[in-house]
Amino acid sequence: MKAQHLKIKEYCRISNNRVLLNDELLLEDLGSDFITFIKLAYKKMDTNYPKFFKMDDLSKLGFLATDILLKTVTQDSEMPKNIALVFSNSASSLQTDRKHQESIVDKENYFPSPAVFVYTLPNICLGEISIKHRLYSENSFFIFNHFNAEYLHDYASSLIKTEKADEVLCGWINCDVDDYEAFLYLVSTEGSIAHNKEEIIKLYTTK
Amino acid sequence: MNKTYLSYNNIVSSIGFDSLTVVQNIHEGLSGISLIEDENLFPNPFYASVIDSDYLEKAFKKLKPNGEYTRLEQMMVLSLDKIIQASGVALTDRVGLILSTTKGNVDTLDPRNPMPAERAYLGTLGHIIKNYFGFSTEPIVLSNACVSGILAISTAKRFISQGTFDKVFIVGGDIVSNFILSGFNSFQAMSSLPCKPYCKQRSGINIGEVAASILVNKDQDNLPSEAVEILGEASCNDANHISGPSRTGEGLYRSILSAFKEAHVGPGDIDYISAHGTATIFNDEMEAIALNRLGLDAVPLNSLKGYFGHTLGASGLLETIIGMHSLYHNTLYPSKGFTELGVSQPLNIITAPTAKDLNCFLKTASGFGGCNTAAVFKKVQS
Repeated sequence: MKAQHLKIKEYCRISNNRVLLNDELLLEDLGSDFITFIKLAYKKMDTNYPKFFKMDDLSKLGFLATDILLKTVTQDSEMPKNIALVFSNSASSLQTDRKHQESIVDKENYFPSPAVFVYTLPNICLGEISIKHRLYSENSFFIFNHFNAEYLHDYASSLIKTEKADEVLCGWINCDVDDYEAFLYLVSTEGSIAHNKEEIIKLYTTK
Repeated sequence: MNKTYLSYNNIVSSIGFDSLTVVQNIHEGLSGISLIEDENLFPNPFYASVIDSDYLEKAFKKLKPNGEYTRLEQMMVLSLDKIIQASGVALTDRVGLILSTTKGNVDTLDPRNPMPAERAYLGTLGHIIKNYFGFSTEPIVLSNACVSGILAISTAKRFISQGTFDKVFIVGGDIVSNFILSGFNSFQAMSSLPCKPYCKQRSGINIGEVAASILVNKDQDNLPSEAVEILGEASCNDANHISGPSRTGEGLYRSILSAFKEAHVGPGDIDYISAHGTATIFNDEMEAIALNRLGLDAVPLNSLKGYFGHTLGASGLLETIIGMHSLYHNTLYPSKGFTELGVSQPLNIITAPTAKDLNCFLKTASGFGGCNTAAVFKKVQS
């Protein structure tokens, strides 16, 4: 069975104003706010995708973490890759929901905008990534109170076992009032880290 | 691989609080869409399918709940309660709980809402439902725009086939809120009349609210007579646009193709299509293109949005349940609101209740973020 030999090929973390790819620290900018930091990260990571600036914070965060992991993989490929996206978080799209809510709360000052409203769904982030990396693949966005390694593990294994995906980009992308966090890992048939619940938790908790 | 079945089911909607009543009402051509005048929801009168609040409250009070519950929580509890009771399933650590919703308790973000805004966290909603019934496992909330309801069925099947659970209860729900109405209105997507999917005169969507629930089961015993087997399912992104459907229907085309592959069926095996049909110009046209690319243009098809409006995260689940009953009754139900074909490719829209031997149906959905899902269901042979 294919699924028994699944590995974690690569992983990326963006949190506490640091960007890490596998064990390597790519960027650190302590002290700046999220907007300043994510702009800097966009520049330093050679993202080069002007549509990035139209995205909400959740999409920016998920887009950037994915781009760091997949840029070389999808750029060098003629054929679209079958990489599923399985993201999760605890705050859904609440940061943008609050923004839309502010625009409709006062009848005298009523200004709902489609450019904001479209981001009031967490899976829009998956859509942005799919467009950039030409992924005509499985997309699922789950909401858990806390990072849930077991569910992500089982779901990713199932997608590869049933040949719905060749690889699965999995993880946690969260933006809330005071904090943000991105942790993504690529489940594949290649790699050196075993794909099991314990290893996923280990990678997630090593910050 | 394990087989998986859709079993006990319930719908809480503006045209009934159980599946049988709802299906009977559809057979009789009753729509839940009406003109609503409520300035707390929207500044101008609008067409929507809204559950009667007094009726909901009375039905919920009969359960003798402890504590305060939001409108959506009441709808979800009422719906799920019926199928947990009917199935007699004990909520052990082998039984999962999946919620499908796009916006959950988003109405609590409104400062005028008496409930705390923290209630808008979807994980909180999941735990409220979990604790009400005493589920032993962590709830899984799926929020994947308008494909959530059907993707929740796929998700349940995937967790069962992976061995995570033996049975999964799914409850899907979204409410009509000023949040949603103002947003879709800003997109100019709302129709000023009852919606008319695939029709030449269509002019956009109506929003609706339901809670729907279903038991997904790997055992063939203890199935109700309308049970179906999930033969295959898939979900593919358009990789095209975040708020507009693909002009070629690429993601939907790929989803159906992939679901067919897993189901080992072809277009000739499909007796009925329960399509998405939101009644926007672009969505319905996209579906017509995708279905024609697959040679599915002659298969009888309906959209149920003319009865319930677009019920967002619940729609796929709701419409799958109606499809199950359609198969069981060997009856095709009309696509309400349709008079004259208004897409560029042929489709076989159902215009009157029609008796026909039905064995297999295809359910599809598409949504913001470029997501699409398709699933194939087959009658359980008794």
